[in-house]
Amino acid sequence: MHIWGISPGAFFGLLFCSGIVLSAIFAPLITPYGEAEIVGGVWEPISQKHWLGTDNLGRDLLSRIIYGARTTLTIAAAATLVSFTLGAALGMIAAEAGGFVDQFMSRCVDLLMSIPTLIFALVVLSVMPGTILTLILVMGILDSTRVYRLARAVAVDIRVMDYVEAAKLRGEGRAWIILHEILPNAISTLIAEFGLRFIFMVLFLSALSFLGLGIQPPEADWGGMVKENKAGIVFGIPAALAPAAMIAMLAISVNLIADWILNRTSSLRGKSADA
Amino acid sequence: MPRVLVLVAQRIALGCLLLLTISILIFAGTEILPGDVAEAILGRTATPENLENLRRELGLNEPTYVRYFQWLCGMFQGDLGSALSSGADISEAVGYRLKNTLFLAAFASVLSIPLAILLGLIAVRYKNRFFDKLISALTLAAISLPEFFIGYVLILLFGVQLAWLPTVSIVGEDMSIGQRLTVTILPGVTLSLVVLAHMMRMTRAAILNVIEAAYIETAELKGLGKFSVIYKHALPNALSPIVNVVTLNMAYLIVGVVVVEVVFVYPGMGQYFVDHVAKRDVPVVQACGLIFAAIYILLNLVADIISILSNPRLAHPK
Repeated sequence: MHIWGISPGAFFGLLFCSGIVLSAIFAPLITPYGEAEIVGGVWEPISQKHWLGTDNLGRDLLSRIIYGARTTLTIAAAATLVSFTLGAALGMIAAEAGGFVDQFMSRCVDLLMSIPTLIFALVVLSVMPGTILTLILVMGILDSTRVYRLARAVAVDIRVMDYVEAAKLRGEGRAWIILHEILPNAISTLIAEFGLRFIFMVLFLSALSFLGLGIQPPEADWGGMVKENKAGIVFGIPAALAPAAMIAMLAISVNLIADWILNRTSSLRGKSADA
Repeated sequence: MPRVLVLVAQRIALGCLLLLTISILIFAGTEILPGDVAEAILGRTATPENLENLRRELGLNEPTYVRYFQWLCGMFQGDLGSALSSGADISEAVGYRLKNTLFLAAFASVLSIPLAILLGLIAVRYKNRFFDKLISALTLAAISLPEFFIGYVLILLFGVQLAWLPTVSIVGEDMSIGQRLTVTILPGVTLSLVVLAHMMRMTRAAILNVIEAAYIETAELKGLGKFSVIYKHALPNALSPIVNVVTLNMAYLIVGVVVVEVVFVYPGMGQYFVDHVAKRDVPVVQACGLIFAAIYILLNLVADIISILSNPRLAHPK
């Protein structure tokens, strides 16, 4: 059943994800029409000229989906990066510093996590200027709480290891210990989490754009495209489903890959424990 | 005083403290913006004099902490102020919409909670067999689907193609309970599917955790059937983790309700909240944010209390 040692689910996931990433990178070369170019009537059905039909303003749906992949993936990736850098740095600092600093930061994180992220994001976005930078920062900071908890938990385990003790006795400073001892040992766990956080960001961004509070038109992004075309649904026009299905497929693919990686690492660990 | 009561009282106090902190956070967070409500109301017609007048009228010249306490006291008395954009009374709008949202959420919970527990039990009973794998694969797919995707597929299928149910969930004050239920079916099912998937995965994990205990093995060895082992020995012990799972998933319910209401044009709190975030109507956003936070904190509090009460070790101290 396995293809090159990869489970069929994960293989499909990898195939789909690389397809999306490649088409996002080469968007201007492969799209038949421009991002905001009006090329036909409103909500034209699927035809040879327009593979997925046209949208609410007569723009080519396929071209917009490919351009939308660019926006959605870039912003979700940027927000994940913010979330990881911030969460991992603060989590490791908290674990290494301990005492009051750790208590204070952990209680702040508890506070941020005590109400659902989307509700918090809506409150904050109601007063912040509606730029892409704000969006990335708000999403990144709110999500960094989860990375913080993970990074702190992993770092607490690592800092009692003998090699960290040795480094301390050598007289290394805290920053050196975090960068040279804790970070390299925690990185594999953090990378495994990266995929799941990234897909959470894609869903989060799409939900915000769908509610009209994410990326502003005319720029194409998948959640926003669902919003643009949602009026057609009640007339039986499925244009809104195409970008929504892309989000769903991407999420399923990343989940399948993450599932496979988790199973693989845990079975490897099991084998080495037996030996 | 019995230890259980002390613990419960502690949790309630902690919940109140958390809610108070959140209210400060929401108020402070929405106050940091440059400019104020008076400028927002007057817009381009603002002159220094009428700005000053309006500020005095709205009490904006008071220091921030005074306004915070006025806002908080108003909240307790059910006076949420009036919306910037329309000037309408917020309490009135919220009262009507909150009822609708709670109806939708209750509908989804009644549908999803028993189903999630049942499916979780079945998955554990047939662990690693076809049925378990099928449920796992389906729930993995379901947690990846955005709420609006599920919603629009259901609308297209049952609303447009088959025309069994209304495509838009408009709720009127004078609707009979039957009409109300008909309108709520599609948004309710959408919301349940989202919550169900998360809840079922966690229920399965919670029961599996209990099943590995030694007393389960004893029960199996003394010859009890598989279902009665689960029902008599595993379920009572898994109750508190399951309650926890259910409330943890209320977060998905609260977030889901916002999106689902927009999809189905359902007149609830979520729709109202989103509309006024887009209009940057700060008083409404503050009120809605606090109400959503309060509901969420309350649900978590209830879960904590149930798991304290259901723990026999605390009920019979040595």
